[in-house]
Amino acid sequence: MHNPQLNKHGELQHLLTLDGLPKAILSQILDIAAPFTEVAEREVKKLPLLRGKSVFNLFFENSTRTRTTFEIAAKRLSADVINLNVSTSSTAKGETLLDTVDNLCAMQADMFVVRHASSGAPYLIAEHLQRTGRDHIHVVNAGDGRHAHPTQGLLDMYTIRHYKQDFTKLTVAVVGDVLHSRVARSEIAALTTLGVPEIRVIGPKTLLPTDIDRMGVHVFHDMREGLKGVDVVMMLRLQNERMNGALLPSSQEYFKFYGLTQDKLALAKPDAIVLHPGPMNRGVEIDSAVADGGNAVILPQVTFGIAVRMAVMSMLAGS
Amino acid sequence: MNIHIQNGRVIDPGNKVDAKQDVFIVDDKIAALGQAPSGFKADKVIDASGLVVAPGLIDLAARLREPGFEYRATLESEMQAAMAGGVTSLACPPDTDPVLDEPGLVEMLCFRAKNLNCAHVYPVGALTVKLEGKRITEMAELMEAGCVAFSQANTPIVDTQVLMRAMQYAATFGFRVWLQAIDPYLSRGGIAHDGEVASRMGLAGIPVEAETVALDAYLRLAKNTGVKLHVTRLSSAAGLEAIDRARAEGLDVTCDVGAHYLHLSDMDIGYFNPQCYVVPPLRSQRDRDALRRGLADGRINAVCSDHTPVDDDAKQAPFAESEPGMTGLELLLPLTLKWAKEQGVALPQALSRVTADAARIMGITKAGHLQPGARADVCVFDPDTLRTVSRDSLKSQGKNTPFLGLELPGVVRYTLVEGRVMFGN
Repeated sequence: MHNPQLNKHGELQHLLTLDGLPKAILSQILDIAAPFTEVAEREVKKLPLLRGKSVFNLFFENSTRTRTTFEIAAKRLSADVINLNVSTSSTAKGETLLDTVDNLCAMQADMFVVRHASSGAPYLIAEHLQRTGRDHIHVVNAGDGRHAHPTQGLLDMYTIRHYKQDFTKLTVAVVGDVLHSRVARSEIAALTTLGVPEIRVIGPKTLLPTDIDRMGVHVFHDMREGLKGVDVVMMLRLQNERMNGALLPSSQEYFKFYGLTQDKLALAKPDAIVLHPGPMNRGVEIDSAVADGGNAVILPQVTFGIAVRMAVMSMLAGS
Repeated sequence: MNIHIQNGRVIDPGNKVDAKQDVFIVDDKIAALGQAPSGFKADKVIDASGLVVAPGLIDLAARLREPGFEYRATLESEMQAAMAGGVTSLACPPDTDPVLDEPGLVEMLCFRAKNLNCAHVYPVGALTVKLEGKRITEMAELMEAGCVAFSQANTPIVDTQVLMRAMQYAATFGFRVWLQAIDPYLSRGGIAHDGEVASRMGLAGIPVEAETVALDAYLRLAKNTGVKLHVTRLSSAAGLEAIDRARAEGLDVTCDVGAHYLHLSDMDIGYFNPQCYVVPPLRSQRDRDALRRGLADGRINAVCSDHTPVDDDAKQAPFAESEPGMTGLELLLPLTLKWAKEQGVALPQALSRVTADAARIMGITKAGHLQPGARADVCVFDPDTLRTVSRDSLKSQGKNTPFLGLELPGVVRYTLVEGRVMFGN
């Protein structure tokens, strides 16, 4: 089957998922991102790579942080950025997703950064652009349903590489609500591609997807057992609405068994790093002492995130 | 008018006929096979050399979209599709708008269909008012209006007491109840088969237990009430095993499968292809293979199209937001033939699943076979020629199928309804 995110030369045409993305391209993005981290240190934080290009942030689901980092990344590359909160505009008036896209194409868009509550929505847009012969327009998935959040996965890989260098010697644990997490799916895909020999997922059965072990991970329900000797702890955000229902009884019980505390972290390697995609729920999935402690690399993740998004955008549409 | 169909391979599964012989039609009935009746003079001769002459196909589920969804399809467009597909009798589910829960609506549908003079339409009435699962319908009146069975389409009854009462009431009159096994809670919010594919793609899962838990309840209640239960659109290996167990305990229950479930699995969703969004969901390859075997050995009694035309706009949406369903009337025969070839099932046995066996489930005796005296509903087709499915080749208003662009065996040459040539020339 044709992989919709690669063009016929095998180059990146859209960034839709990390699942199945060749290792060479994954590494290339991380390599390109490296020098971009320095741009932020300069007095003039701008490069002309996307000068004259229009990037549309097409957010069908509310987001401040991801949208902002994409906006900063695009602006540092000198693109014109247009932010659309579609959840509050066109679709509320009954316009279809593809009609919205066609209208923005008529405004000479060069790139769509898409967030949507429904898994696969960016594929629909990418396929529509291809079918209508608009190969010069690129799509970046900024999070679709539970499916993928590839730039988050990439920035996590960048962070791990920054602190740990070699992926092929690591033990990595992904902890929490994997079921609803697009971040977790992108992380697992990237870690697998980059050759991490042991990937663990930790959580109660209600928050782990069916047959997750077939994705090449080891499943742990006991967090203490799962954290033993790991190099990297990747925490996931637990949304409050998961608390009311049959998934979890209470945030207190969740924190007691699956919240990351100093005492549980002590089971990991002493130099283990702790990642979190944010926004954090302190006292629910992570204790403040850990979030603010020496093992946490949560704020560097945010900084690297801008560089990684610059790398993706410049690879797709850069001159 | 007298029609002489000559030189064809006549397959009439219900009567165990499979021989090269001629078929003689006088007016609207089959007059004879083999030897012409005395004094027979043909007004029209159809040369069926190299072709199969079979009873017109009987489809246990075809949504015609009337009343209520005429922008998706109309009786006119879908009747053309039925004729092109060799389908001469079809049952239509009650999930129209308004729902088929009143005798007047059923009479109107039958009247509209009869005026079009194409396929015979057999409405399946709603088991509960508005399919809401709260009040049972006037089943006896609906039966008099033309219904052949009662169902809930894809909307399960939540209240099991209502379900039991509905079965008891239907059993009072000996009416058939057709149910799709869906547990309303276990399927809630789900979009795709709960397994590796859905987990990887981040699609909310519908576990196999959504089928088996409901099925166990239906089978127990059927035993208790004595209703004639037919289970529609079986989707899983475990579902079929549940039926096997009930039969072993002496329950007389029948079941069917949609033709596309014989060929597709959740893997075919590929990159979120909304054409593969159906209810029940396409399950694993293991489930698909069990359904294929079950249909071959007769544990699954019939195969149907589950024809559901959906307009392009409703399919051009993210997977979970698109409308479920596939167009199927014109693919029922090709998909059945493809399954038979791949599974090593003989042609008469395969055709039985879309003719005689389906007729038995529907409770009709005048169609589904070619015995002299039967309604002259006939499908003449070329079983081996491959044809590519394309938007242009489909007469149905719904072009929604993942089989577009694929070559499938079987080309219908003539469709006759009550002795009239409705398709082919």
